[in-house]
Amino acid sequence: MVWIGVAVGALGCYLLKLAGLSVPRHLLQRPAVHRIAALLPVVLLAALIAVQTFSTGKGLTLDARAAGLAVAAVAVWRRWPFLVVVALAAATTAFVRWAVTGS
Amino acid sequence: MLGARNALYGLRLSEILGVRGVRRAVAAQLVIDESTAMSIGRDTDRAARLGFYATGAGVFALWNLGTLIGSVGASWLSDPRLLGLDAAAPAAFLALLAPRLRGREVWALALAAALVALVAVPFVPVGVPVLLAGAVGVIAGLIPRHGRGS
Repeated sequence: MVWIGVAVGALGCYLLKLAGLSVPRHLLQRPAVHRIAALLPVVLLAALIAVQTFSTGKGLTLDARAAGLAVAAVAVWRRWPFLVVVALAAATTAFVRWAVTGS
Repeated sequence: MLGARNALYGLRLSEILGVRGVRRAVAAQLVIDESTAMSIGRDTDRAARLGFYATGAGVFALWNLGTLIGSVGASWLSDPRLLGLDAAAPAAFLALLAPRLRGREVWALALAAALVALVAVPFVPVGVPVLLAGAVGVIAGLIPRHGRGS
């Protein structure tokens, strides 16, 4: 029963992706649609970053991840390599978590 | 609900990729946060396509491999939070988003989107906050620009 749910979910997710790619080209060439399509990845990624950093899924929280993101922001601003940015964020978060809670 | 944003990514990607038929069916499977992020930051269409396919294929392979390793090895690593790995994803997305944040308008829009998503978190199911932020982008895109040539 669970696997039927998984299969339906997977198919739904795939069809959503296909639908996005299948929007007719002439529709995308209208200026407003073109602007929206260009802005959407920016707003979606920004929102994703915020939600992944400051929420637990059900509520808002401020924890060690915020410190990790702050360090990542500095590293990005300094144009450090991608992997350095990610590693610094993870290390900072782990350190702050360990220093604050002792676990 | 989590997958709905991929349809919105597709709007932008279909222009860059220009795929039809079987190739579109394959490309659709690869549409995800990472491949979109690697694609939209490129200056040329060629580099954008490369970014999309390389990242999409890489994520697809490593994600499934990682899931397998994770399910087998979960017993050894007590808690991934101990390594701060839960902060790795937002940091990576930040690094990918940064090249797009050119100009005050885009900055303001990104911050507004983040704020809308956060405010919504306690009130709606998982996945919906990001979609609401998408609505912010749609509304901003509908406002015609006058004389500033953006």
